[in-house]
Amino acid sequence: MRREAPQKLTDYGPLVFPAGMLITFFVVPFATMIAVSFFKRNPSGFYTPDFVFENYERFLSLFFGKVLGFSLFLAVTVAICCVVLAVPFTYLLSRAKRRTQVLWLVALLSILSLSEVIIGFAWSTLFSRTAGITNLLVMIGILDQPVALNPSFGAVLTAMTYQALPYTVLVLYPALVRLDPTLTEAARTLGASPIKSFFTVVVPALRNTIVATLIMVFIFALGCYLLPQILGRPQHWTLSVLITDQAIYQSNMPFAAAMAVFLVLVTLGLVGLTVYAGRKGEAA
Amino acid sequence: MRDILKTNVSRRAVLGAGVAGASLLAMPAVLRAQDKSLKVGVYGGYFKDSFDKNIFADFTKETGIAVESVAEPTGEAWLVQLEQAAKAGQAPADVSMMSQVAMLKGQSTELWAPLDLAKIPNGSNLIDHFVNKYPDGRVAGIGAVAWYITLVTNTDVFKEAPTSWSALWDPANADKLGLLALVSNSFLLEVTAKTHFGGTNALDTEEGLLKAFEKLAEVKPNVRLWYRDEAQFEQSLKSGEIPMGQYYHDVTGLAAKDGQPVRSTFPKEGGIMDSGCWALSRASSKVEEAHTFINYMSQPKIQALLSRKVGTAPTVKRDLLDLTAEEFAAVSSDIDPIIPRYDLYTTKADWLNQKWTEMIAG
Repeated sequence: MRREAPQKLTDYGPLVFPAGMLITFFVVPFATMIAVSFFKRNPSGFYTPDFVFENYERFLSLFFGKVLGFSLFLAVTVAICCVVLAVPFTYLLSRAKRRTQVLWLVALLSILSLSEVIIGFAWSTLFSRTAGITNLLVMIGILDQPVALNPSFGAVLTAMTYQALPYTVLVLYPALVRLDPTLTEAARTLGASPIKSFFTVVVPALRNTIVATLIMVFIFALGCYLLPQILGRPQHWTLSVLITDQAIYQSNMPFAAAMAVFLVLVTLGLVGLTVYAGRKGEAA
Repeated sequence: MRDILKTNVSRRAVLGAGVAGASLLAMPAVLRAQDKSLKVGVYGGYFKDSFDKNIFADFTKETGIAVESVAEPTGEAWLVQLEQAAKAGQAPADVSMMSQVAMLKGQSTELWAPLDLAKIPNGSNLIDHFVNKYPDGRVAGIGAVAWYITLVTNTDVFKEAPTSWSALWDPANADKLGLLALVSNSFLLEVTAKTHFGGTNALDTEEGLLKAFEKLAEVKPNVRLWYRDEAQFEQSLKSGEIPMGQYYHDVTGLAAKDGQPVRSTFPKEGGIMDSGCWALSRASSKVEEAHTFINYMSQPKIQALLSRKVGTAPTVKRDLLDLTAEEFAAVSSDIDPIIPRYDLYTTKADWLNQKWTEMIAG
């Protein structure tokens, strides 16, 4: 089908619905959140409309700085783990038989139907001392006695990677399927090993896709608030956990909103920086 | 190009969706037109199911008032919803079961319609501290049910029941405890004050609070799980994964009855007694029905029924109840309870929350 620039005002018609949805369900709530973040908190009740900075001031402390730092670190780690696992996997998958591909994709899609709660509880059972995977290791004689693997940073990381991996594969899959097979064939005929051709040809060819995937998983992981609670110790709680606490348990909407706005700004800043760095790298 | 032709269709779809949406929004108005009914908010899940089955049906039979029960979330989310709705003149529920902290917070914005005790003759059955009052003496809420948070243990791991809250501090229990994650629902500062500083009056001053925080921080190495979600701890307690902690006396009793290896102990310092009040939203127009409902719920026989069927502690005086000693022990105790310092969670809420979060996550 031919693409044409819109000629008349009515040509923009199809945009009305998505634009309306975007305004109703994103722009308006987000603007409300920004407004609330400047409201005055009343500790014995709710909040009153005002324009104060105290919610932001409270956030600017070493304690919240550390929590924010940890949240970003966790999200980046999850993103890297996912991409490191998913790129080779998806590459092999895209070279596999059609039937195998379909089976794997269906299996991965079915993970998406699991809620965060189910994933959290399932992993907490798998990591438990009484019923967990270490019992299997005891059975085959690797360990002397079963141990508890949660709460720990590793448990949080594993569950979050598990949750984000299907998205990663689904984002990478189209790009890898479209990748010209003659590229790797050329590399092979010139004497590169399969592994070498993967790293020197496939990965560089997919650079933009990989960066985009990293950003997507990073943002996805940043919003995670249940898994750190279920599988981590308090020092592994992310900023999202503290936002939930303030909003739901302390009914401190202004402070929760201020933290959320801050988190969004930091995220946008980091994403902007990555994209900017990517452009520069391309230009060079 | 041809896509443009579809515009009309999608516009019509938008209109259709709009009409459907508008009629959905109008639904509550249709429901409101019905006479003699009352929307009652109770905690969702087990609580709501028990109330629906054991209480509300009989109430409708006796008074002719239909009850529509609304599942409310725990925590303060429901308070926020009621408050926002009341500002718009709406009441998602007429009468709601509210926690003590929520009662105090609602008082500050006059969210609760004052109740007329003359229309609630059974109110005189209540233990005094279960009548929640505005500072000027108007009645804001009437005690609905009470419950205890006690020291619970897995019987396979702990053959002997602990006798004191000081077990939480015992170095032998390293990495074995499950405690509630929030200052305002764990009431551990009160437990610390009662166990180590002679009573909750020790929390009157900021200095006393800091001392309690310092003492409580010594518990941290023993804590495996700080839980917000009850199911998370309950499962681990039953399996022995986390063999000790604080938990609800009623639910633990039910689990023990089901044959699970768990027990609930009232420590010698007392269990933590928390309670919920019936409160009427100021936006509700069902004032008469609400008074009838609250009066009905305050009868000794209904409180006894709640103790037997739902496992809550009664809010009416012990001598009015026909509960046997055994039935009473299943839901309550004669040991003087630890009553939470609810006032602190409104006057010093943010300060306490900040110190608490820094203590456990720091």
